[in-house]
Amino acid sequence: MKLIINGEQHELSSATLADLLAALDYEGDWLATAVNGDLVPRTERDRVTLNDGDRIEILAPKQGG
Amino acid sequence: MLQLYGTDLSSRLLLGTACYPSPAIMEDAIRASGTEIVTVSLRRETAGGGRGGQFFETIRQLGVHVLPNTAGCHTAREAILTARMARDLFATDWVKLEVIGHHDTLQPDVFALVEAARELCADGFKVFPYTTADLVVAERLLEAGCQVLMPWASPIGSARGLVDPAALVSMRAHFADVPLIVDAGLGRPSHASQAMELGYDAVLLNTAVAGAADPVAMARAFAAAIEAGHSGYRAGLLEPRDMAVPSTPVIGKAVFA
Repeated sequence: MKLIINGEQHELSSATLADLLAALDYEGDWLATAVNGDLVPRTERDRVTLNDGDRIEILAPKQGG
Repeated sequence: MLQLYGTDLSSRLLLGTACYPSPAIMEDAIRASGTEIVTVSLRRETAGGGRGGQFFETIRQLGVHVLPNTAGCHTAREAILTARMARDLFATDWVKLEVIGHHDTLQPDVFALVEAARELCADGFKVFPYTTADLVVAERLLEAGCQVLMPWASPIGSARGLVDPAALVSMRAHFADVPLIVDAGLGRPSHASQAMELGYDAVLLNTAVAGAADPVAMARAFAAAIEAGHSGYRAGLLEPRDMAVPSTPVIGKAVFA
């Protein structure tokens, strides 16, 4: 299915958000995630199933003022 | 001692983590400043990159409070989602709420700011709103549940200092019991001193330190200026006078002619 991840289109078959993070080599406890404009807390990533066309944001801590 | 949302702080400087020449210089500058609160942001992570993790680990090791921002958000909706993602990641309910309304000046969109503050406060966030010195907006932010206000001195990164000191004086006078932090636009230690001499509780800086030729020395200079300005305010400043007033007694002066 087609997924928009951080603004870029990907073709992936990951069933859940947790599967997607593993498939794309995201690791560590410093990520924040959202699907279609809603927060997905880290504790719920393995329960959120993905659908064709979903927009996923994967953010990390960065320098800021 | 400064208290923000029930947290006691001995430093009155909040420092940003962006634009330093290197991570090591950032670390040294944070230490030299004595700050207990640093601001951070959230940005897209590249697959397999992990650079965000390195930065996060550096900040964690410094043992300071983290104040995530919503920099770059132009709508209340964006800012609210960013704040929620930051809370999940950093495990803090503090958020520096920015909703930008103008591309050139980075002036806050105060209407969207109040809307976002209302929703985030109701959701349990402790909101540090980046705002203007507008008193009506300030009232609305307090009504929304904010317990701290952060008016700008001048546009972010401009180094122009306090462009409208009278507005900041007015804000201080109207909200005597609210912690007020001057955020944005300071360029020199004297600007920070000036803000503190007006009775402000703290200042938030980034570019003035990170962009200095020697950020570590500048962090130290700002810390000293903030302390001096705050001590001066507490000691009671003289009001300016139009005419000279001799400091040496006139009585008892010898008459030689």
